[in-house]
Order: sequence, then C-alpha cells, then structure tokens
Amino acid sequence: MSADATVPDPIDGGIGAHPMLRALVRDSRTRIALVVLLLVALGAILAPVIAPYDPIAQLDIERLQSQPPSAAHPFGTDPYSRDVLSRLIYGSRVSLAVGLGSVLLAMSFGIAVGIVAGFVGGAVDAVLMRFVDAAISVPRLLVLIMVAALWGRLGLVPLTLLMAGTGWFGVSRLVRAETLALRDREFVLAARALGTPVPRLLVRHVLPNVLAPALVAAALSIANVILLEAALSYLGIGVRPPTASWGTIIEDGAERVAELWWLTLFPGLAILVTVFACNALGDALRDAFDPRQLPRGSSDAAFASEA
Amino acid sequence: MRRYVAGRLLQATIVVLLVTTVTFILVHLAPGDPIAVALDRPSVTEEVRQRYRAEFGLDRPVAEQYLRWVGNALRGELGFSFSFRRPVADVIADALPRTLLLVGLALALSFALGIVVAVLQSERPGGARDRWLGRVLLVLYSVPDFWLALVVLIVFAYRLPIFPPSGIVDPVLHDYMSPAERLVDRLRHLVLPVATLTLLATAAISRHQRSALLEVMPSDWMRTAIAKGLSRRRAVRRHALRNALLPSITLAGLYLPALVSGALLVEKVFSWPGMGLLAANAIASRDYPLITAAVLVTSVAVALGALLADLASAAADPRIRVG
Repeated sequence: MSADATVPDPIDGGIGAHPMLRALVRDSRTRIALVVLLLVALGAILAPVIAPYDPIAQLDIERLQSQPPSAAHPFGTDPYSRDVLSRLIYGSRVSLAVGLGSVLLAMSFGIAVGIVAGFVGGAVDAVLMRFVDAAISVPRLLVLIMVAALWGRLGLVPLTLLMAGTGWFGVSRLVRAETLALRDREFVLAARALGTPVPRLLVRHVLPNVLAPALVAAALSIANVILLEAALSYLGIGVRPPTASWGTIIEDGAERVAELWWLTLFPGLAILVTVFACNALGDALRDAFDPRQLPRGSSDAAFASEA
Repeated sequence: MRRYVAGRLLQATIVVLLVTTVTFILVHLAPGDPIAVALDRPSVTEEVRQRYRAEFGLDRPVAEQYLRWVGNALRGELGFSFSFRRPVADVIADALPRTLLLVGLALALSFALGIVVAVLQSERPGGARDRWLGRVLLVLYSVPDFWLALVVLIVFAYRLPIFPPSGIVDPVLHDYMSPAERLVDRLRHLVLPVATLTLLATAAISRHQRSALLEVMPSDWMRTAIAKGLSRRRAVRRHALRNALLPSITLAGLYLPALVSGALLVEKVFSWPGMGLLAANAIASRDYPLITAAVLVTSVAVALGALLADLASAAADPRIRVG
C-alpha cells in the first residue's frame, strides 16, 4: 500500500480530519459566513419566486410616491413607487454576479502572473512587479469613476470585466512571494531533477501550494468588489437603471435621505451583512491556513509561560 | 540609503507615468472627444466643431497629442473646466487642500485610535476582549463607506440636529461671525466627515496593527521580557509595540488609496467641497477635463504620500534600506 502514501487515510480522512479544515469548521466565523452567503445566494437564485413584486414595476403610477414600510411593503417603496424588498432581493444578483465573476477572473489572471513572475524571475519579474506596484497604488475607485464617466453607465459584463481588470494586482504580488519561497524547496527541486516540464511543474507542484493564500485573498476581494459596486451605483454610475442593485436603491433615496430612511437602511444592511460574511470567511480561512497561529482561545506562544 | 531612495523615486515616477498614460488612453478611447459634450448643441455647426478640434489639437496624431498632454500636465496646465467655466487647475487648487485636511485629520486620529485598540487586543490574543473588539472591527471594516456616512448624517445632523449636515462653513451666518465663532463654525462642520472617515480607517489600521503586534510576540526578546517578570501589559506596551509600530508607517502609505476612495464618498455625502465632490459633480455634468484632472491629481497625491511613507520608514529602519 505504499503507493497510497499520499492519499489521506480513509478511516480518519473525512473532511473534518484535516487539521486546517477542522479548524475552519470549528470557527464560528465560518459557520456564520456560510449561512449568510447561502441565504444571499438562495435569494439571488430564487428571486423571481420569493420577491413579492416585480422589482421594476411602478405600482402606484398615479401618485408615484415613496411609502414607508407597511404590511404590504415591509421595506417600503421608492420614489418611483417600486417595492424596495423586491428590488433588494433582485439586487443581490448584481452584487453576487459582479463579485463572484470578477474575482474568479482576477484570481485566475493574478495567480498566473504571480507564478510566472516568481518562477521565471529576472527581467520578466522586475517588469511585472514594477507595473503591479504602480497599479496597486492607484485608488481603484478613481479608475472606475473615470471609465464609467467616459463611457457612461456600464452593463453587467463590462462592469465585471472592469472590476477584474483592476482587481488582480494584489493577488499576483502575494502569489509571486509564495512562488519565490517554493522555488527552491526540495519537492520542487526533485520534480525538476526528474525532468518535469516547466508548465507541468508549475501546475502540479507550485499552483496547489499557492491556492491557500489566494483563496483568502479571493474572499476578501469579493467583499471589496461588492463595496465598490455599491459605491459606483451610489455615485450614479453603476449598473444601468432600472436594474435594481443595492447601491442604486440607496441612490434613489439619497436626495431626501432624512425622510426616506428606509431606502438607505435596508439595502445598506444587506451590503453590510454580505460583505461581513465574505470578510469573516476570509479571516477564518487565513487563520486556518496560517500554521503560526495557535487555535483560538489558547494563549500565544510568547505568553505560554505565564497563566 | 541613496540607492533605496533612487529606486523608490523611480517607482513613484513609474506610477505617475502609468497613471497619465492610462488616463490619456481612456480619454482617447472613449466615445466622442473631450469637447464633444461642450459643443453638443444643434446650433453648433460642423465647421465650428472642426475649428475647435484644430484649436485644441485634437486633429493631430495620437503620439503628438499624448506628448503635448503630458507636457501640459507636468506644467500644471490641466485644461478648462466646462462646468465651472474656470481653468481646471484653479478649481483643483480650491478643492485639494480641503480633501487633504479631511484625509490628514482622519489619518492622524485613526492611527492613534487604531494603535490603542490593537494594543488592547494583543495583551491577551484570543481572549474575550480580543474577540469582541475583533468582531466590532470586522463589522466596521465591512460597512460601505458612503452608507456609514449617510447613517451618521441622518442620525447626527437630521434626527438629532447637533452638527451641520453639509459644507465647510455656515452659508449664511459665517460672514457675520467673530473670528472665534468662525473657527468654531469650521470645526463643527469638520466633525461628522472626519468622524466617519476616522471610524472607517480605524477598522483597517487596527486590524493590521494587531497582526503586526502578534508577529513580534514570539520573538526571543519578548520571551526575555516575560522571563524577566514583566507583566503581559508592560511587555506589549514597552517592547512589542515599539517594534510593531514601524510597519505601520508603510501601512499608512499602502492604506492611502483606500482612504482617499473613502474620502471621495464621504465628501459626496456631506457635500464637503473637496476632490470627491468635485469628481462627483464633474461626472454629473460630464466635464471630461475636470474628471481626468481630478483622477490624475488624486493619483499623484496618493503616489507622493506612499513615497513619503516609504522614505520615512527607510529612514527609521536600516533593515529596509539595506534590503
């Protein structure tokens, strides 16, 4: 059975057995985050079933006024007399689509750039990393503002691409540093000595070892993209109306923010809860992957003598 | 040190070049040209349009336009704002100091607050206080900037009218006030935007400061300090903090882009007439020269801030400048 040495022991090899996964599952942050994200995802997928009204239908076309929360409209209606709860449910689609789509793209590209820069080194590395250093220091919101201002409001796909195009710098730097550390490790040297072709070496031996930090970065990135999308929509340059997005609902109430508080409160809480879940998941992942950190609740190494 | 400074200066130059180039490409790729909006009236004939295009050099080859544009930008010649009917440079000269005031105050306050919170957390990592502060900070870290600003505005300017909701001075009474009253008036207008931005920045800064503190905890000198009989609190405050403070100078530089983005949104909510409100208004009136200049100036300011932060930490820490 020596050929199976790398396969986890089937007896205690279930999901809970790996120390990282066990730490992750035990972490209350993971559980809260997964429940929240599951609910948001369900809301987004089942929006047509659970939304009480059509999100873009103007319900009271004669008076067209914003009503405070009531039994018929738990979250009130907006100045165009549309049901805020329904818009909120549909709005989760925009946040999730842009968040997941752009982060998936950005991570793939960033990981590829990072691995190549870290492994090849030399001039390629220098040029790529100088570019990344420069790009990372430009406030992302400014670039988005300028593109949106010059081209007008973007559709979902261009917006996702734009978020991806401005979102890969951080992860590429992270992955490069990891790759640099891996390059001279024994298992990589062994694979090289055995004549493994470089592409295969990168995919089979380097890539799996940089995925953990990239996953942490991805969770935090999704949070960031959802916040950016909301900010763009609030500035009036997000997805095109009448599509509902959380930031757009807030913008619809922004002119009379003191009166129409329900247009600010509910979508804001939706953003906050979703972003919190992504960040909490990212933190939990980071703590689980970081071997230096002791399990939560135990005291730190430096203080082990005391207590 | 000289080599480090030279390298870092080169990097800042690359940032500025990159930003100018990308800005130029974006403006160039965008549908219509920069003067299209200003001339977008039925009474403007094609002939007039061509004359203006020639006057602004828009009929020249792209490379020439680019060099001319970079040259102008370097000399502070940023074009003419169609919506303000003033040179862009003048409009920005009014707005930039107000944003710097906001960002500077928020940065100073959030560093003070963030370090205090991080120290409180690090005395007993994983303990109840650490966990609860961590949760509160994570919520604050997840709040949309503009939404927190809106909530603060609704609560402290409208529901409980303690502070003024917008602007930098009282639009009517300020001119009739005594100098002391004017100062108070200015400070009262600063409170809400600065408080909002400080809360947002504190969340980010204390998270980093806490991990910087935890990073140095397992060092030999910490073990020595504990072995000497120092209490946790004393060991953290006298030994760990001093060593963990240095990375936060670099952090200030790294965090600057996010802080400036936050400031842009907070300005919009509180109608604080700085770069953010300027950019928001420029978008609304499709004032291309103003938008591009605002993006350019803000990015350059951020690059300079990051450069200063890095040079400061290199001056303080020989390990950085030696490499």
